Amino acid sequence: MLTVLVLLPTAAAAVLLCLPRRAPRAVFLGGWLATAAAELALTAAIWAGYRPGGGIQYEQRVRWIPDAGVSYHVGVDGLSLPLMALTCVLFLACAGYTWARRGTRRVREFAALFLFLQTTCLGLFAALDLILFFLFFDLSIVAMYFVIAGWGHRDAARAALTFFLYTFLGSLALLLGFIGLYLAADPHTFDITELTRENPLAGRAAYGGLVLLAIGTGLAVKTPTVPFHTWLPPAHTEAPAVGSAILAGVLLKMGTYGFLRIALPVLPGAWREYTQVFVVVGLVSVLYGALVALAQTDFKRMIAYTSVNHMGYIVLAFGAAAATGAGAEEARRLAVTGAVFQMVSHGLLTGALFLLAGVLYDRCRTYEMAAYSGLAGRAPVFAALTGVAAFASLGLPGFSGFIAEFQIFTGSLGTRPVETSLAVLGILLTAGLFLRALQGMLLGPLRLPDAPGAGRPFPDLRTAERAAVVPLLGLGVLLGIAPRFVLDVIEPASRGVMELLAR
Amino acid sequence: MSPLLWALIALPLGSGTALAVLGRRADRVAPGTAVAASAATLGLAGAAAVIRPEAAAPLLDGLPVRLAVDGPSGPVAVATATVTLAVLVFSSRGNGPGAARARFSGLMLLFSGAMLTTVTADTLPVLLMAWELMGATSWALIGYWWREPARVRAAGTAFLTTRAADLGLYIAAGAALAGGAAGGLDLDELPGTADPWLSVVTAGLIVAAFGKSAQLPFSFWLSRAMEGPAPVSALLHSATMAAAGAYLLLRTEPLLTASGWGGPAVARTGAVTAVLLGLVAVAQTDLKQLLAASTCAQAGFMVLAAGSGGVTGGTLQFLGHAAAKSLAFLVAGAWLTLLGTKALPGLRGAARHHRVAGAAFTVAALTLAGWPPLVLWGAKDLLLASALEHGAALYATGLAAAVVAAVYSAKALWYVWRPARGAAGEGGDSDAVPAGGAARAGGRALPAPASWSLAGLALACAALAVLAFEPARPAFGRLLGAGGEPVPHGWEMALSAALALAASAAVWRRAARPLPLPPAVTAWWGDWLRLEALARLLLVRPVLRLAGALAAFDDRVLGRAVRAAGPGALRAAGAAAALDARGPDRATAAAARGTLRLARATRRPAGGAGAGEEWLFDGLVRGVTSGARALGRLARRPQTGRLHQYLAQAVAAFAVLALALVLVAVR
Repeated sequence: MLTVLVLLPTAAAAVLLCLPRRAPRAVFLGGWLATAAAELALTAAIWAGYRPGGGIQYEQRVRWIPDAGVSYHVGVDGLSLPLMALTCVLFLACAGYTWARRGTRRVREFAALFLFLQTTCLGLFAALDLILFFLFFDLSIVAMYFVIAGWGHRDAARAALTFFLYTFLGSLALLLGFIGLYLAADPHTFDITELTRENPLAGRAAYGGLVLLAIGTGLAVKTPTVPFHTWLPPAHTEAPAVGSAILAGVLLKMGTYGFLRIALPVLPGAWREYTQVFVVVGLVSVLYGALVALAQTDFKRMIAYTSVNHMGYIVLAFGAAAATGAGAEEARRLAVTGAVFQMVSHGLLTGALFLLAGVLYDRCRTYEMAAYSGLAGRAPVFAALTGVAAFASLGLPGFSGFIAEFQIFTGSLGTRPVETSLAVLGILLTAGLFLRALQGMLLGPLRLPDAPGAGRPFPDLRTAERAAVVPLLGLGVLLGIAPRFVLDVIEPASRGVMELLAR
Repeated sequence: MSPLLWALIALPLGSGTALAVLGRRADRVAPGTAVAASAATLGLAGAAAVIRPEAAAPLLDGLPVRLAVDGPSGPVAVATATVTLAVLVFSSRGNGPGAARARFSGLMLLFSGAMLTTVTADTLPVLLMAWELMGATSWALIGYWWREPARVRAAGTAFLTTRAADLGLYIAAGAALAGGAAGGLDLDELPGTADPWLSVVTAGLIVAAFGKSAQLPFSFWLSRAMEGPAPVSALLHSATMAAAGAYLLLRTEPLLTASGWGGPAVARTGAVTAVLLGLVAVAQTDLKQLLAASTCAQAGFMVLAAGSGGVTGGTLQFLGHAAAKSLAFLVAGAWLTLLGTKALPGLRGAARHHRVAGAAFTVAALTLAGWPPLVLWGAKDLLLASALEHGAALYATGLAAAVVAAVYSAKALWYVWRPARGAAGEGGDSDAVPAGGAARAGGRALPAPASWSLAGLALACAALAVLAFEPARPAFGRLLGAGGEPVPHGWEMALSAALALAASAAVWRRAARPLPLPPAVTAWWGDWLRLEALARLLLVRPVLRLAGALAAFDDRVLGRAVRAAGPGALRAAGAAAALDARGPDRATAAAARGTLRLARATRRPAGGAGAGEEWLFDGLVRGVTSGARALGRLARRPQTGRLHQYLAQAVAAFAVLALALVLVAVR
């Protein structure tokens, strides 16, 4: 079942590529949309059959390179299932959004590339083998490189190259750490479940520290945390809207998911030893990301920096979760649950924000906030949805972001009072920057960019655009008001992570 | 009876959301729907106050949502629902034909639903949710006229100021959990928090409450909030938002006591706010600004009550102030619509020409002034009796604040009852509107529903006074769960009444000849102690500067360093690969070759990357050639300047590092 889920998009991509290029757009887009919908249905079926608290399920293991201890090993648990669901929702939204775009070039390749990208994302979340994880990790970088380079804006090639080089080098560090884990295990293996069970680096502090350094660096680049974030803003600014939505919504989660799946459970000793590093990195990402975002004049770049801020909360929570001290177990578990919830929430809300930013570019070819004013008068639905997405992103209760951040703060404060108190300032800064953006762009007297479409109307959201954005925000509200159905899945898994971390 | 409680919050929240989402399509039906929904909400609130239901639902891991109507929440919920109904009835005919009625009504309902949830919340998470939702809805309401940048900015100031204070609640929640408060962050369990954390919880709650209730030093946001429509002010600054902070302190009064320092700190801040913001109110020349400053001051009494343990007096102050202040704001709004001004000099004679509004405003102002037998007279003495237990200084400050309240109320009354001046223009003080505006526009009248609202609220100002006296008072105290609170002596009641009357009379006689104060002083008071300028200078501007500096750093230093580091790293990798290639380790070389091939394969379709490659290429070549010379012939061969080959070399370099790891591991 999982394998079907993972490979179906690539199979569909292959079929699309076999069709003649001259076939009508609707064929390619329809094929993409249908596959994405089928994927979502499959995930829903998996979710329906999933027993919360039952550990890893839908497990499948096939020998691949037995000599090197590599196997095709996939499965889902409470950590990966929400992210796989998020992936399918976002890809479906992107397919719908592209449906509304008239101007997308080379639709066949675009659709095939996104289908392939979906395979890499789902594969990574399902992977239970380090090499498989690494494979999907790198393939996602390759696919995203082509998305940005092929369908980006003016400066896309350069941004794509920076993105590729940076994250690829990061992935090499990751590979180095994986090899370190492989060598430490006896017998040598890349299997995550076996490594987790074995805890191969227990009692080998220096070796464990080195491996954590390699893995931590690799994942920190992908997440990204300060100071490894500089590839993110140009990549987002130049990427097409759907590319940004996937990049921020799903690809960034690969980094934080890696921490949760590999770094914390397999290297508990080293993680506890160096937890202060991650707390500080998380805190710096929160404040630095928010402050730099506050100074941006480009809407999309601003959202990109808020991603650094939002990912910082997650790293902070992971760091705080490792603190020793009896009695705080419940609180720290809350932090980990909040961090997983934040991954899902950020994916939905930032995905929606990037799609809305794409509308802005589509209509007037610029993301400069100063070029716009009073859009609410011309495009009320666009303005309302952007306002809702902004308030959701700044952590307003009633949306998923609050549920995530409240748990992170509440859970982390006990073990890390100073850092958490400072990190709370992040939600004030994001409130400030989003309000400024809303006030400048959406409210006030109407003004539209002069060049090149001077005097052109700013048509409101088309039906397909609404259909792509509204479900994302709707899910954000649902998760903000009734989060139990997701928390029921996450909580047993985060309890498991805490137990592994306590070894 | 939990369905009743769920319905109580779901009805306004649900109907409000529906109206706001439907937007323009629902404009026609919005006022009627909103009035119906709020009337039903009032019915539910009344029933809940009698039945006292509880409800619970799971939310987070071990942190459920619990709602209950007990203690002060019953009466306060009824007051919230009543004021909401009155304001919605009042504005059901207003707004003009093109107004976005659905947005207005929907947000008002949403806001009132958030307040009702705050009031009935029993656990911190749900309290915080409703609390922040209230802040966000207030942003949308204050910025109702969104085409005017000044109003939108004012809304932003209000939201950011209150949210800054709200951070206290986040910290308090974390601290309560860390301090092992039992019962999943239940408000009633907070006093049981372990010690270092107990103070953090208290401090967090106090900061959040001060922010919402615009106590010092947060008061300035309430001044800016006056940019919103008058009906919005009538709801936000009477029974909800600005009173919510005081309500929270009344609700968590046991926590303040348990912390030891919380009670006195809160009581003093409340008393000082009541005096200083009262004086700010005296200095205002704009009716809405006067009323806003008076809201801070009157909320200061409630805060004083919470800090000195006078829950009965504080709650009665809440109820009485809700009625009086919403009434005053509604009348101010009506005059603004009818006469086109809210400047006090421009409102001369307004009460004479609009008798219903004038009478209503008089009741409201006299209530605020603390005149007997209106409700705030009794409420103030009740809470001051508790303050007296904590020292004469606190009592005296409270009494001084009461005198100031009488002064600003009388000042407002004096203006609206003075005969309108002739067009000759006696003084330069009528800045907004030509003198005599009131008389000219006098022909128009209030719509009937508006008059009903005013009459109902005015009635409440008088009727609520019963609760301050035997035999209603003990029953009221029992309803609030407050027992053993001190009762004012006869002399206290007489003293405060005499002071209120005397101060009002003095103002009435001297109002035509204001005190000859230096302009700098009056400007300072008139400008709300310049608190906002101070906040901008000390907080906003440094943060924006820091943000700008960091953005420049990010762009010019961090980003560039990474770009410069690339060639350097590759150079090192190249050298390592060259050394490696010479060695016997053929496996590594083979791996490098394989990766190289892979890299070439992936590189091929990337036609669009040409420009970027050229850009990187230049830098690489320049950096690399100098390095190559230094490293000699060995290193020269792999430095082809081809990007994919560099990548392959990087892989090889990592392989070397991996080898080093192997050695460590084997050993």
